[in-house]
Amino acid sequence: MPEVRTADKLKKKYLREEMWPTIFCNGCGNGVVLDYAFWAIEELDLDMDKTVFVSGIGCSSRLPGYINADGLHTTHGRSIAFATGIKAANPDLNIIIFTGDGDCTGIGGNHFIHAARRNIDVTVILINNFTYGMTGGQLAPTAPLGSIATTAPYGNIEHPFDICELAKALGANYVARWSVTYPYQPIKSVKEAIQKKGFSMIEFLSPCPTAYGRRNKLGDIKKHWKWYDDNTILIEEYNKIMEYGTDEEKEKIKNKIQLGVFQDIEKPGFFEQYEKLVERLQTKKDKGMKK
Amino acid sequence: MKYKRDPELIRDVLGKKIQFILGDMACVYGGLLAGCSFFGGYPITPASEVTEGMARMLPRVKGTYMQMEDEIGSIASVIGASWGGAKSMTATSGPGFSLMMENYGFAVMTETPCVIVNVQRTGPSTGQPTLGAQGDMMQAKWGTHGDFEAIALAPSNVQECMDFTIDAFNLAEKYRNPVCVMADGEIGHLRERVVVPDEKDIKIVDRVPATIDKKKFIPFTNSQTRNSKVPDFPTFGTGYHTYVTGLTHNERGFPATDKQPDHEKLVKRITSKITDDIDKITNVEKLYLDDAKTVFVTYGASARPAESAMEMARAKGKKVGMLRLKLVWPFPYKEIQKLASNVDEIIVPEMNLGQIVHPVREYVEGQCKVVSAPKIGGEMHLPHELYKYLEGK
Repeated sequence: MPEVRTADKLKKKYLREEMWPTIFCNGCGNGVVLDYAFWAIEELDLDMDKTVFVSGIGCSSRLPGYINADGLHTTHGRSIAFATGIKAANPDLNIIIFTGDGDCTGIGGNHFIHAARRNIDVTVILINNFTYGMTGGQLAPTAPLGSIATTAPYGNIEHPFDICELAKALGANYVARWSVTYPYQPIKSVKEAIQKKGFSMIEFLSPCPTAYGRRNKLGDIKKHWKWYDDNTILIEEYNKIMEYGTDEEKEKIKNKIQLGVFQDIEKPGFFEQYEKLVERLQTKKDKGMKK
Repeated sequence: MKYKRDPELIRDVLGKKIQFILGDMACVYGGLLAGCSFFGGYPITPASEVTEGMARMLPRVKGTYMQMEDEIGSIASVIGASWGGAKSMTATSGPGFSLMMENYGFAVMTETPCVIVNVQRTGPSTGQPTLGAQGDMMQAKWGTHGDFEAIALAPSNVQECMDFTIDAFNLAEKYRNPVCVMADGEIGHLRERVVVPDEKDIKIVDRVPATIDKKKFIPFTNSQTRNSKVPDFPTFGTGYHTYVTGLTHNERGFPATDKQPDHEKLVKRITSKITDDIDKITNVEKLYLDDAKTVFVTYGASARPAESAMEMARAKGKKVGMLRLKLVWPFPYKEIQKLASNVDEIIVPEMNLGQIVHPVREYVEGQCKVVSAPKIGGEMHLPHELYKYLEGK
């Protein structure tokens, strides 16, 4: 019989129970993502004394507070830059970043871009709820066209961000996207991301019924989950239809959000390169290198 | 890189004991001597030479140099590195210093030791990038939002760029606070003779690491092992499972954002841990104060022409002295109070429209005359310009 997944099983081991209850609303997907992370950590048998959770500002960035490990809850958008410093000081640490769509790609876009480009060895778990939930539902750079936000009361006219496309273009070593409606695949993905040397990023589509759903006819969590089912497609299926499907079939899926693993490559990470540089300088030392 | 300070390797990389170097470079030397093992920076005139120097030298002493994507990223990486166990530092100038302000406050709130070298240039905004100024002195004290205590040193020569950078690290480690070295474009881009101190002549202070039982450890309260308001430092990766947040937090580090006493208790501790030690921290130079009736109170580059003007006046028998603030923040108010009761006039030359003259006035409390001697536009005061303030005295 397959092992039963319950929150209780891992609660004692990984949760910082003094911080309970959470600040999250009913229907929020943050807990689901935390659960994926716990299962991945459990299966990898990660040393929690050597794992640091870093975050910025926003609901998803509160997750490190609920984990019994070192956590750095930083300023809005900057988590990846802070994480870069931690990793530089102690490359033996596993660094897992929880961030949101606004935190990571709105205010923090620049740090995201450059950490991916440098191939910093951290894992970014980005929870995308299409909105600024903590501040009450303002327009996010990921919000679908036409969606309603408190700062887009007549419907969003900005084109949303495809975060995975960006990460791929930057040459990140691991890029994946899932929605929280998937039970098992995301755990495998988080495991792969944590194990991956270099920059890894997983985007989770995750509901915010309170700040986003309520304004967009998705306040009912069942409807919200159905929206994901109706508007997402697995990358393998997408590719198959695009290759062999009829025009009608192609038309039906062309605007759907793709899910799955988009990039899985092995480029040397920044600190790996840096250590080689330091070694090279030590061997040259005796040859009287110019100051 | 996991780093261990290697005095022999550092001196090997720095080279000769006596050198003729740039002020910016002296900040690099000071950083390396202090044990800096992480530098995150971004190019900006007139501080780029600090970043370039670190790029050349830090990998050679087995530290980590990173050019970040902007100054916000620089200070963020520096704070992260500090929690990872490194002594860490960045260098910038006005516009970059402005960008760093939010995370400067984060370092204060999370009690993170780190060093920021600010080679000041004129402002506001882009100003005169290549020209020196002292226009950020108040920003160092008030630039981030909320109540906090700043620690800031102001070198007047190249040797002090090195010495004060070492001091900055020591103060940062001791008080677990960010420390600013408020140099200026004049000193940063000046070449002078420096003496690299021998290992036995430098004092290195390290933060006190958390050592007590992990279950009993309380991360954000008075030290549990010493008589100090500065808590012991639970470096990430040592098993203390510390939650560090910029939110107002309780002693355990958990968010406590809705109760007045929690905030008051925290902020009073992290400010008074510094102000309680004002007598130990204060660092001033006193010239001819025994008989002086008119005194220059100044700092940084401005102290140089002020000293010349003072000597000119002394040669003519005028009773002029100087109080040079090597450490500007926390403000050495006791020195000013003492001075005010003994002199007729205090003149405050600064390369801004009058910043440090304000706390001087505040603590003089009308006991003597206080005159601001400002000069802006990227030129230092000339000695005779300052001498004019002394005429007839």
